[in-house]
Amino acid sequence: MEKDEYLELFHQMILIRLLEENASILYQQGKIGGFLHLYIGQEAVSTGIISARKPEDRVITAYRDHGVAINCGIPVKVVLAELLGKVDGCSEGRGGSMHMANVQKNFWGGHAIVGAHLPIAAGLALGDRYKNNDAVTICMFGEGATNIGYFHEALNLSKVWGLSVLWICENNRYGMGTSVERASAVSEIRQKAEGYLIPNQCTEGMDVLKVHQAAQEAIETVRKNKSPYFLEVETYRFRGHSMGDPERYRTSDEVKRWQHDRDPLGIYHKYLVDHGIASAEELDGIEKTAEKEVQEGVQFAESSPEPKKEDLFKNLYTEMS
Amino acid sequence: MARITMREAISQALWEEMERDPNVFIMGEEVGVWGGSYAVTKGFYDHFGAERVRDTPISEATIVGAAVGAALTGLRPVAELMTINFAFSAFDHIVNQAAKLHYMFAGQMEVPLVIRTVSGGGRQLAATHSQTPDVIFAHFPGLKVVAPGTPEDAKGLLKSAIRTNDPIFFIESATLYQSRGEVPDGDYLIPIGKSKIQRTGKDITLVTYSKMLETSMKAADQLAQEGIEAEIIDLRTLRPLDMEPVLESFKKTNRAVIVEEGWRSFGVGAEVSARIYEQAFDYVDAPIQRVAQKEVPLPYSRDLEQSALPQVEDVIRAVKEVL
Repeated sequence: MEKDEYLELFHQMILIRLLEENASILYQQGKIGGFLHLYIGQEAVSTGIISARKPEDRVITAYRDHGVAINCGIPVKVVLAELLGKVDGCSEGRGGSMHMANVQKNFWGGHAIVGAHLPIAAGLALGDRYKNNDAVTICMFGEGATNIGYFHEALNLSKVWGLSVLWICENNRYGMGTSVERASAVSEIRQKAEGYLIPNQCTEGMDVLKVHQAAQEAIETVRKNKSPYFLEVETYRFRGHSMGDPERYRTSDEVKRWQHDRDPLGIYHKYLVDHGIASAEELDGIEKTAEKEVQEGVQFAESSPEPKKEDLFKNLYTEMS
Repeated sequence: MARITMREAISQALWEEMERDPNVFIMGEEVGVWGGSYAVTKGFYDHFGAERVRDTPISEATIVGAAVGAALTGLRPVAELMTINFAFSAFDHIVNQAAKLHYMFAGQMEVPLVIRTVSGGGRQLAATHSQTPDVIFAHFPGLKVVAPGTPEDAKGLLKSAIRTNDPIFFIESATLYQSRGEVPDGDYLIPIGKSKIQRTGKDITLVTYSKMLETSMKAADQLAQEGIEAEIIDLRTLRPLDMEPVLESFKKTNRAVIVEEGWRSFGVGAEVSARIYEQAFDYVDAPIQRVAQKEVPLPYSRDLEQSALPQVEDVIRAVKEVL
């Protein structure tokens, strides 16, 4: 990797972190409605994976999607406008936090019904298979989604039909408040892929370079074999499941330990400085730029117009027959 | 004009659309090697090949979910659910994915998908395999629900459905596949969302669709012998619902009976009669009657099952009550 690529990974991660911290404040101010699921702690996962894709590779994820949106190239201000339900949001204020997308950038959405986007991912890959495209569909989901039927149907179909899907399980250890051990017969999630003879691997998820490398190998394996691959990424969310989470299922010591020892931003910052790739001052500069980007994004989102009431039915159908 | 069965009409529509557009393909349980569990796709696998006539595992959610995904990439899948009773296993992907994506992502995603399925009772398949829950699917904005009652309409509507960029839930009737009718020669389309007058009359308006069109036509024949002329409006599409011909007819006859195969509560009869009362109240000369399935799970026993399903005599009785 070139230096600017290393720095871009840092930029994206800090951008997500700052975006999310600001979103948290906007939520408390009542400016963001509905549910808000923060990605803080998991930044290395989407950043490492999406930086390894080619532009023709499709990305689809679940509802914890702000990070993926940033990594796929949706401007921060457009993400913020969507969070505020404004017309300049990527879904014009129709989707909100859980439903970001930008099809031009091959980001096929945040999807909010747990596991329901896995069959859709299989279908995206079917589209590429049908047209003999080389593209890979990268489908991200939490470990909680591996207990729903859709997961098993979709993995099975991807293997039987030879679909180029990279299944990525972000194992953050809790499906809402239920720990993996309490919800899943196997705690090593990648073992579930074994049942469908899908090659698999588990990787450390707090080190963006490790994620990036594992993703790169996995993506190219899928592309070469025209067959699915399963990558489990071990991660941890530092915030609650959503904003209204009393967090009775884990101790604050546990959270603090992760934040102290395994913060993906801290780990990567140290790596860049220790390896002489960037100075602390340079990284501060990137952080300041990101801060400015987010602040300007908040202003943009706040001043963006509300969707018009007369557009309530816009896009209900492509054609009103 | 050729006189063909409903099965042949649907089969022809699929065949012609697949010949016309290489992006059209079929996926579902037993659609390929088997030739379709109702033999609709017999011969397709040999002609179009395994890539375009895709046998799926028994995974209804993923049949629809993957078809949605393929549709997002610009293909035009026709996903088959062997019966509407299995659509419950795919419910989320029908009503929560297919019906929502275009709206929720501000028009970025289009879902040019047809889900074909088979509804209705009367074949002694007992409670879980005999339902007519068509209205449930018609409840959801974002979906279009089509349910033809004649071979001509089935062919023309299915061809339109395949060419539409919106998700279509296309309901066929299990007991209509053998019914025959005249079908125009060559390529023709019938617009989705248009009701049709299937028989003209001045005394009473019968509003119906799908299998119950046949039942209503038989009732109208018998009523005609008694000098009662029924006008029959075939809804053909449940969503969007075209009330124009219904209201026009009602303003002439001032009396209506609505005939559906499914259960009465919250059904097509409830919806259509409410709209008549809302939009043509001044023309009402008698309470609108509903003929529908008795509200029990359908039993296996032939006699019991038939006693629960709406019959020609039920329609005649309802008409006479209204007149």
